[in-house]
Amino acid sequence: MTTASLPLPFTASLRRLFRNRAILFGAIILAIVLLAAILAPWIAPYAPNKLSIVNKLKAPSFAHVFGTDEFGRDIFSRAIFAGRISLLVSLGVVSISTVLGVLLGVTAGFFRKLDAPISRLLDAMMSFPDILLAIALVAALGPSLTTVILALGITYAPRLARIVRGSTLVLRELPYIEAAVAMGLPTWQILTRHVLLNLASPILVQATFVFASAMLAEASLSFLGVGVSTDMPTWGTMLASGREYMNNAPWLMVFPGLAIVFSVLALQLLGDGLRDLVDPRLAKES
Amino acid sequence: MTDTVLSVENLTTSFKTADGWRAVIRNINLTVDAGETVAIVGESGSGKSVTALSTMRLLPPGRARCEGRILLEGRDLLQASEAEMRAVRGGVIGMIFQEPMTSLNPVFTIGNQIAEALVLHRDLSWKAAEAEALRLMERVRIPAAKSRLHEYPHKFSGGMRQRVMIAMALACRPKLLIADEPTTALDVTVQAEILHLLRELQREENMGVLFITHDMGVVAEVADRTVVMFRGDMIETGPTQEIFAAPKAIYTKALLASIPRLGTMGDAAAPRRFPDVDPATGFATDGRVTQPVSADAKPILTVDKLSVRFALPQGQIHAVEDVSFDLRPGETLSLVGESGCGKSTTGRAIMRLVDPSAGSVVIDGQDVTKAGSGVLRAMRRTSQMIFQDPFASLNPRITIGSAIAEPMLAHGLLGRREAKERVAELLEQVGLSGTMAGRHPHEFSGGQRQRISIARALALQPKFIVADEAVSALDVTVKAQVSNLLLDLQEKHRLAYLFISHDMAVVERVSHRVAVMFLGEIVEIGPRAAIFDNPQHAYTRRLIAAVPMPDPTRRGHQPPPLNEEIKSPLRPHGYVPPKRAYREVSPGHFVQEAA
Repeated sequence: MTTASLPLPFTASLRRLFRNRAILFGAIILAIVLLAAILAPWIAPYAPNKLSIVNKLKAPSFAHVFGTDEFGRDIFSRAIFAGRISLLVSLGVVSISTVLGVLLGVTAGFFRKLDAPISRLLDAMMSFPDILLAIALVAALGPSLTTVILALGITYAPRLARIVRGSTLVLRELPYIEAAVAMGLPTWQILTRHVLLNLASPILVQATFVFASAMLAEASLSFLGVGVSTDMPTWGTMLASGREYMNNAPWLMVFPGLAIVFSVLALQLLGDGLRDLVDPRLAKES
Repeated sequence: MTDTVLSVENLTTSFKTADGWRAVIRNINLTVDAGETVAIVGESGSGKSVTALSTMRLLPPGRARCEGRILLEGRDLLQASEAEMRAVRGGVIGMIFQEPMTSLNPVFTIGNQIAEALVLHRDLSWKAAEAEALRLMERVRIPAAKSRLHEYPHKFSGGMRQRVMIAMALACRPKLLIADEPTTALDVTVQAEILHLLRELQREENMGVLFITHDMGVVAEVADRTVVMFRGDMIETGPTQEIFAAPKAIYTKALLASIPRLGTMGDAAAPRRFPDVDPATGFATDGRVTQPVSADAKPILTVDKLSVRFALPQGQIHAVEDVSFDLRPGETLSLVGESGCGKSTTGRAIMRLVDPSAGSVVIDGQDVTKAGSGVLRAMRRTSQMIFQDPFASLNPRITIGSAIAEPMLAHGLLGRREAKERVAELLEQVGLSGTMAGRHPHEFSGGQRQRISIARALALQPKFIVADEAVSALDVTVKAQVSNLLLDLQEKHRLAYLFISHDMAVVERVSHRVAVMFLGEIVEIGPRAAIFDNPQHAYTRRLIAAVPMPDPTRRGHQPPPLNEEIKSPLRPHGYVPPKRAYREVSPGHFVQEAA
């Protein structure tokens, strides 16, 4: 490794990666969920939208491991296909809101003059209920998968921006940032190497929250009819439509619910583990 | 009468770690009699605070365990129940801590907080408690106590808050007072006041005092008996006078030899290195005097009528006001003064980390006061800065090699390959090994980190360095070593230092010239010998007199301190500072005329 290369010793990190049980567990669950979503057409026993009125509201059995819904559709197959959309939406939203949020947050936190205008903008965005803002954006852009991702990404950006701004304000006053300024380092280098690198923990934590929120928000949008088109199942829409049968056919909600819980859990475990991993102070010597 | 208040017998405290229980202090034996002060002295990590916390049973029960006996008036505290301990804490044992700024609740008045302790422990009514609180505030000599009873903590300075903390500790007439570094966060003049107060109160109350400190000067000032600790062991114990006069343990000898003392300079015209102490024998060889500065050299730094003001809603802080001086290659100019006097702001304004409000800073012939980013970047190669806190001045996420190489790469001085070699070279220069480049900051001790910061500052081959309290946070022995390193580097590279410090004893050692700052202004400036041997300004005299002498035979030679609130450089809007006149006492020694 050259002296001034990347800050993380990657080989060492990889070796440590799977020694951490949280990471291992999270990675396994996420891998299963992702694989299932990617390979959906091959592993799903039924077509996700195949109706079969005779089989409606069947409890889980060998033929239908997760049971069937009110139209006799196989819940297992639908859940697998739904994962494709749900994960795509969540990952897209997290990416967009993280990039936007970090950009706005670091700019507001580091450059005093830009703090007030950016902060007011964030305040304005956060004063709308999340869903309302997303609906307005989707309505303006026209509903489709891309616009849902974009709208939710913008909606959740202020959450990250707030956290990032606060942490940047603290960091900016630290002697090592001042030392970097005093050494005449270019501003972009101070921002990337010294500020951003030390923001990794709060960003990771917040991003996992956004991941979970996005999954549920997408469901709300679909429920309100401004989401992803209704012929594509998502975990959110499955939850929403299963609500009516909660008392006599709980499996309609339980399985998509579990899918969301496990994905979020996996991501949080992974996020926590990664956070410890990229922090040299918490890393155990190997 | 000598009643033993506290008797600690064979105390061993262990902490739970990943590999089982690890003893952090071993076989501590000490006693404190009524009316007696016992000091526990040691460097960071020596276990002195753990000893105090064990005595109060304030360590988390699951993660720490104490063995031995802690007898408070004959009763073993280690056997006492948690309810009994609550009555002991704040009742029989009072405690004061280091940080007076955060130990008071900002939303209650001072009187209210003192009264609260009285209501709780002495079962007084609120009315009676308030009257008692007033009496206590007068006892700890808070001026105009009656009017200050209903004020909030933010109106009190650090020294006054520490008095409040002492008042609260005394509220229940404790038999034993544990003081854990009670003056470490305070300025020297305030420290002198607080130590004086503690001595008087102890005499009046006949309390035993267990005084924990790292400062041998303070020990000499207050302690009847002293316990020296090192890495969890009691190294030496005995009457303070004896320990200072004839230390037995090697560590104690080394510790005493490393202490910066005032008045050890003779007529040297240049800085004198700290004694080199042989860790095996504790034997010290006196430090060599370094080179004087040639008087006709062209200044590398000229500061002219520099002012820095910060606007607040209620007025303006005149942090730096009309400050002028120059600095020549190979010279150390020390800026001394107490917290809030503007010495750090002066350094930061020179580095353009804050923008000056008026005046000019000329570095190597170039006026940088209004310089744009291009000139500023070039200037950043000439001048560097070392910060106080060795734990916060290095980015925890990047390796130290990367941190040292960074400025060289950013200024395009070297390629990556040469930079790597240069990093190793720089690390060797500051007394570390080149192979350490791949490690992260948390793997180093405070002293080592400060050496790394110095290596980083040297990377651009600067001509002068602003050292802002660069050795203040370090342990005594490490402080001497790092100061020596700075002096060696100065000789080798003809570096000029602007040495910002509140520690008069270190300043006397390392300076060619000294400037004393008070409320943003330089009140006296001149050659080191002139300032220390012939101080003219009243404030300079007070500052020098307040430095605790590590010599118990000279105890009580200090003038009685003034119990006054520190003045503030906060002025109303539109305030025009008076024009100051300076009188030349001797060549190069100027003192501000009284207004």
